[in-house]
Amino acid sequence: MLNSVITGLRISIASMVICVGGYASIVWAVGQTLTPFTANGAILTNESGQIIGSRQVAQAFTRPEYLWPRPSAVDYDGAGAGGSNWSPTSDMVRERGTALVAAHGATPDNPLPADLATASGAGLDPHVSEAAALYQAARVAEARGVPIAQVEALIRGHATSPGAFLTGDRIVNVLEVNLALDRM
Amino acid sequence: MALNAILVVILIVGGSALMSWPLGRYMAQVFESAGTGRFDRAFHAIAGRPGDEAHDWKRYVFAMLAFNMVMFTLVFVLQATQQFLPLNPDGMGAVDPTLIYNTSASFTTNTNLQHYSGEATYSYLTQLGGLMWLQFVSAATGIAALVALARGLAGRAMGNFFIDVQRAAFLVLLPVALIVAIMLVLLGVPMTFEGAASAMTLEGLQQTIARGPVAAFVTIKQLGTNGGGFFGPNSTHPLENPSFWTNCIQMMSLILIPMGCVWMFGRLIGRIRHGAVIFAVMLAFLLVKISASVWFESAPTAAFADLPITQDVGNLEGKEMRLGATTGPLWAVLTSSTSNGSVGAMHDSLNPLTGLMPMIGMWLNATFGGVGVGMINMFLYVVVGVFIAGMMIGRTPEYLGWRVEAYEVKLALFSLLAHGMFILVGTAIFAVTPWGLEALNNTGPHGFSEILYEFTSASANNGSGFEGLGDGTAPWNFFTGTVMLLGRFIPIILPLAIVGSLSSKRRATESTGTLSVEGGVFATMLAVTIIVVGALTFFPAATLGPVAEHVIASN
Repeated sequence: MLNSVITGLRISIASMVICVGGYASIVWAVGQTLTPFTANGAILTNESGQIIGSRQVAQAFTRPEYLWPRPSAVDYDGAGAGGSNWSPTSDMVRERGTALVAAHGATPDNPLPADLATASGAGLDPHVSEAAALYQAARVAEARGVPIAQVEALIRGHATSPGAFLTGDRIVNVLEVNLALDRM
Repeated sequence: MALNAILVVILIVGGSALMSWPLGRYMAQVFESAGTGRFDRAFHAIAGRPGDEAHDWKRYVFAMLAFNMVMFTLVFVLQATQQFLPLNPDGMGAVDPTLIYNTSASFTTNTNLQHYSGEATYSYLTQLGGLMWLQFVSAATGIAALVALARGLAGRAMGNFFIDVQRAAFLVLLPVALIVAIMLVLLGVPMTFEGAASAMTLEGLQQTIARGPVAAFVTIKQLGTNGGGFFGPNSTHPLENPSFWTNCIQMMSLILIPMGCVWMFGRLIGRIRHGAVIFAVMLAFLLVKISASVWFESAPTAAFADLPITQDVGNLEGKEMRLGATTGPLWAVLTSSTSNGSVGAMHDSLNPLTGLMPMIGMWLNATFGGVGVGMINMFLYVVVGVFIAGMMIGRTPEYLGWRVEAYEVKLALFSLLAHGMFILVGTAIFAVTPWGLEALNNTGPHGFSEILYEFTSASANNGSGFEGLGDGTAPWNFFTGTVMLLGRFIPIILPLAIVGSLSSKRRATESTGTLSVEGGVFATMLAVTIIVVGALTFFPAATLGPVAEHVIASN
C-alpha cells in the first residue's frame, strides 16, 4: 500500500512538472512571442493609454449614438460571465423579449432581429449579426446627426463571415464599430 | 438543415474520424512497446519500484485506486490552501469545504462538473497546478484502464498501471495537447499570467475583464474529455473560444481521442475489424443524435411566438454569434456522447427536445464516450449483447473465444444498471425535497429537467449542466460528488473484473457456429442492446422532463 502511494506521489510530481510546468510554459512563450495582443486578452487602449475594454468582450452600450450589443444575463460582467439559463419556452425570456422590442421600437412590419432579443451563452458576446447592426443604423445616425447611409456603409465595412462559406450570417464587432463611429 | 450546417458536421465528425485512424495506430504502438522503449526506462525511473509488467486485474485496479487517491488528496489540499500560495494575482480566497470535496471528486473522476465559476473562485495555481494537472492524469487513467482491458481480452497479463498511466499522459495526451494548444493560442485564445484587466468603457463604466492561462487549460479540457472550463460559461466565453476556427478545433479535439481509443482497442485485441464494427455502431448513434439535435434547434425561440421578433434563425438564447448556428446543438451532442461536458452553448436554454439529446448521450455514455472509459462502457454492452444473442441462437455465448457466463453478465448488468440507479434515485430525492426545489432556475417540467440533467451528468462523469440550477450548495456538492466517484470507479473496476474472470478460462477457437463479432448481425445486436438496456431505462424520466415541456410549449 505505502509503496503504491509513494509511486503515485512520484508520478504526480513528475507529471506536474512536465504536463503543467513544461506544457504551460511552452504555450505561454509561444503566445507571448507570436500573438501577444490576443494572448493577453485583446485589450484595447485609447490615445492616453487608458484601457477601454477587450475587443473580444462585450461592454454595455445604452446611449442612442452607439450600437447596442445583445442583452447580457450578467450585465456585461467581465469577471463573472454567464448566460440566462432560461428555458426558451419560459415567461422570463418572453418578458425580456417584450422589453427589448419596446427599447428598439420594433413593430410587426419591422421585426427585431432575434440575436438582439436573446442573451448569449457567456453574456459577453462581442458581436451582433450584420442585420442587427443595420437595424440600429437609423437611431445611431439620428443621434449623431449624420446621414444613415454613412452609418450603414461603416457597418457593412466592418461585417465579416466568421467561418467563410461555412457560416451563413455575417457579423460585426460592436465595440469596433462604436470606436469607428466615434472617429467618424 | 442548411447546406453549411451539413458541411460543418462533415468537417468536424469526418475530419476527426480520419485523424483518429493514425492516432489509434500510434496509441497502440505506445502501449505495445512494453518495457523496451527509451521512454519506458524513464517511466520506470520516475515510478521508482513499480513492479513488473505482469499484473493481474486486482493489482492493476489497486495501483489505479492508489494513484487516484493521491490525485484527489493533492488537489484537495491545494484548493484548501490556495489563499496562502503564489500565482494568485486576483486574490482568490478560501473555498467552501463541500465545494472542495465536489471539485476534487469532479476532476479526479474526469467529470469536471463545476459548482463554481473559475474566474471568481480559483487562483491560477489551483487552475493549472491542480485542475489542469488532473485533466491530464485522470484522462490518462481512463486510457490505461482501457489498455488493461484490451490486453486481458487478448489473453495477456494486464500490464503495469504505473507505467501505462505515464505512457498515456506523456506520450499520448501531452504531444497532442501541445500541438492543439499552440494552434489555439495562435488563433487568439489568451495565455497570460497577468491578473484581470480593469477597463473604463466608452460610456464611462468600470469593467473588470478576467483573463489568464486559458489556452493550455482549454486544450486538455477538450482532448481529455474533461470539460471543465477556465471560465464559468466554458467555451461560450469569447476569451475561451474567440472564433469560429477555434471552435472547430475545440470540437474536433473533443471527439478525436475517444475515436482513437476504439481503433487502439481493435489493434490491441488483434481484431481491427471488430474495432471497425464498434466504431460504425458508435458513429451511427452519433449521427442520429446530431441530426435530431440540429433539426430541433432550428426551431425559433418558443417564447417569442407572437412578438415582433424574427423567427427565421433558430433559437439563439444562450448562443454566440461568432460560432455559427450549428455549434450549439452539434457541440451538445459531441460533448455528451464523449462524457466531455464542455459546452458551446447553454444547454439549459436549448429547445426542450434538443436538450433531450445530450441527456440521451449521457444515459448511453458509450457512443465513443470518455477517453478510454467510453470504449469500456461499450464493452459492457458487448458482453450483454453477446450473451443475449447466444441465448437466442442456442449456442454457448462467446466473446473473442472467451465463454461468457452468468457471472460476467451479472457484473456487466450491475455496472450498467448502477448508472441508471444513481441518476433516477438521485433525481427522485432532489425532485421532492427543498435541496432540489430551492435550487431551480426554471419551473415546471424544465425545472425537473435541470435536476435530472445534473444527476445524469454526475453519474456519466460528463460535467455539463443545465447551469441555471443553483447547485453550489452542500447537499448538491456532497451527493453529486459521491455519485461521480461511484460512477467513475464501478464501470472501470467491474469490467476489469469481468475480463479477469473471462481470461481465467480456457480460450475456445472460434468456429462457424460462433456469432461473428465482425459483421452486420453483431452490429445490429449491439445497437438493440444499447437501446433496450441503455435508453429505455430512462424513458419515463424523459417524458416527465423535456418531452412534457415540448408538448406544453407547442400547445
